[in-house]
Amino acid sequence: MLIKRPADIRSSEITDKKLYLNRRDFVRTAAGTAVAAATGVLGAEAFLRAAEPAVHGRKLANVQKSPFSTTEKLNTWEEITTYNNYYEFGTDKESPSMLSRNFKTEPWTVAVDGECNKKAVYHLEDVLKGQVLEDRIYRHRCVEAWSMVIPWVGFPLANFIKRCEPTSNAKFVEFTTMYDPAQMPGTRLPPAFGGLHWPYVEGLRMDEAMNSLAILGVGLYGEVLPNQDGAPFRLVVPWKYGFKSIKSIVKIRFVMKQPLNTWQDQAANEYGFYSNVNPDVNHPRWSQATERRIGEFFKRKTLMFNGYGAQVASMYAGMDLKKNY
Amino acid sequence: MARGAVAARPSESEWRSVPRKVIRGGRLLKAAIFLASLIPAAWLLWAALTGHLSANPLSDVTNETGIWTLRFLCITLSVTPLRRLTGWNGVIRFRRMIGLFAFFYGTLHLLTYVILDRFAGLDFPNGIVAWRTVRDLTISVGKDVYERPFITLGFAAFMSMVPLAATSTAGMLRRLGGRNWQLLHRLVYVTAIAGVIHYWWGVKADVQRPLAYAVVVGLLLAFRMVWARGYFRAAAPKGRRVAASNPDRQPWGSGAVEAVKNAEPREP
Repeated sequence: MLIKRPADIRSSEITDKKLYLNRRDFVRTAAGTAVAAATGVLGAEAFLRAAEPAVHGRKLANVQKSPFSTTEKLNTWEEITTYNNYYEFGTDKESPSMLSRNFKTEPWTVAVDGECNKKAVYHLEDVLKGQVLEDRIYRHRCVEAWSMVIPWVGFPLANFIKRCEPTSNAKFVEFTTMYDPAQMPGTRLPPAFGGLHWPYVEGLRMDEAMNSLAILGVGLYGEVLPNQDGAPFRLVVPWKYGFKSIKSIVKIRFVMKQPLNTWQDQAANEYGFYSNVNPDVNHPRWSQATERRIGEFFKRKTLMFNGYGAQVASMYAGMDLKKNY
Repeated sequence: MARGAVAARPSESEWRSVPRKVIRGGRLLKAAIFLASLIPAAWLLWAALTGHLSANPLSDVTNETGIWTLRFLCITLSVTPLRRLTGWNGVIRFRRMIGLFAFFYGTLHLLTYVILDRFAGLDFPNGIVAWRTVRDLTISVGKDVYERPFITLGFAAFMSMVPLAATSTAGMLRRLGGRNWQLLHRLVYVTAIAGVIHYWWGVKADVQRPLAYAVVVGLLLAFRMVWARGYFRAAAPKGRRVAASNPDRQPWGSGAVEAVKNAEPREP
């Protein structure tokens, strides 16, 4: 077949050969780099890496039983220490178990600040001094619609708050997680790639913080808390989605205004301040009506306030929980 | 070779003159690719049965089958660029099989979602083996597809693969005619784009992986556009760019004609 070519291309319209070759080189180099970077990311996750359960730690002494504990079947040590959302150590569930191994939790200090009389930097030993440790076997409901039953060891947050002597201005308590990029590879992910804004911040209303279910957790299965579970000490508020139970706390501040918690900051339409477990308010992208208990096939119905309504529902009387999600 | 020059497609006799050994080599390679494509499924099955997945193996199986669908889609889409850039026209004979593996993993992904996510969340007031179960499952899936945009998109991506798989045989290609077939099979671009967005909308915060797939799919599609404008053609290896340098061919050509030629009549 014959192709007719126009005879009237002016020489000025023809791109200089050197120029177009350069452009080709550039396009090729750019495309090559992009392909290499993409395949690097994809290759690294080609097969799941096997997580390793935490090594067992020091046994905690004189741990009391608690009437707040559930009698449901416990999730195993292996499950609780290999399936973690702790984004400071990576966004894969297995990452924290592998990347938090060398996290330094001793010595540990907690700064108490804001609207209170006892502002100070406390050593963890001082925080724990005089506290009676309790076993608190709680249901843990993740916002991702899975759940576990976890035997925490801790003491009521209220006990610690009383020692700080908050003033009448203190309406909320703000908690902050340790932020150390050198030890926490997950924090090096830039926000452009979906990384959170560090440090991780959470908050409770004063009455929520004083509720007897809210504890500061220091142990798991009667032993000191493994790093991937928020060592050396963390918040546990079982009627709220898991992300409210902030890990590895370095700062507690009493404030007048409602703190902006990290997940609300990340996506306010998906995560609110209260984040009470609520089967009637769905996450915009998935249902919260059911949950998968880790280790089970069939899903369970999610309970209002994660089944802790008797202890906490009165705090939200008259509040529109669809609005205050 | 100048751009305007006409290059002949290989004639029947030229194809026939390809040494037997080369053809047999191609078959061996094809068998090897077939077996390799089954490795992810086999590995996943093994890992699930022996406890080598995470504490939430059901979620892992769902995620992994989805990711492998995307991977096979990317491989399918790289056949044409690979062929164009290297002049290795024989690579086209593996494309259908790889594309069908994308469909295979996509089907597994859909099934895991239906069973592990939907079926496992039903109530079973009349027991598991009951008409009620079938009805409830249908409603549950339908409602989910309707209500959740990321599921809608994933479902659309899967559905877009169905006609492609159904018309993947040499017979269907002949019946549709090369041009129609080719037009239809460009649906795979939609599959890949919808698949990547489905993945993107499914992650909670860290978008590195969906982004990586977006880059790969983007480049593979961009290559086609750039190629259509004659950009890389001068760079293609000389001597072997028989089909590639023919300006009479459809600009986005995906080698349907060669695919017919290479089609082995009795293939699954």
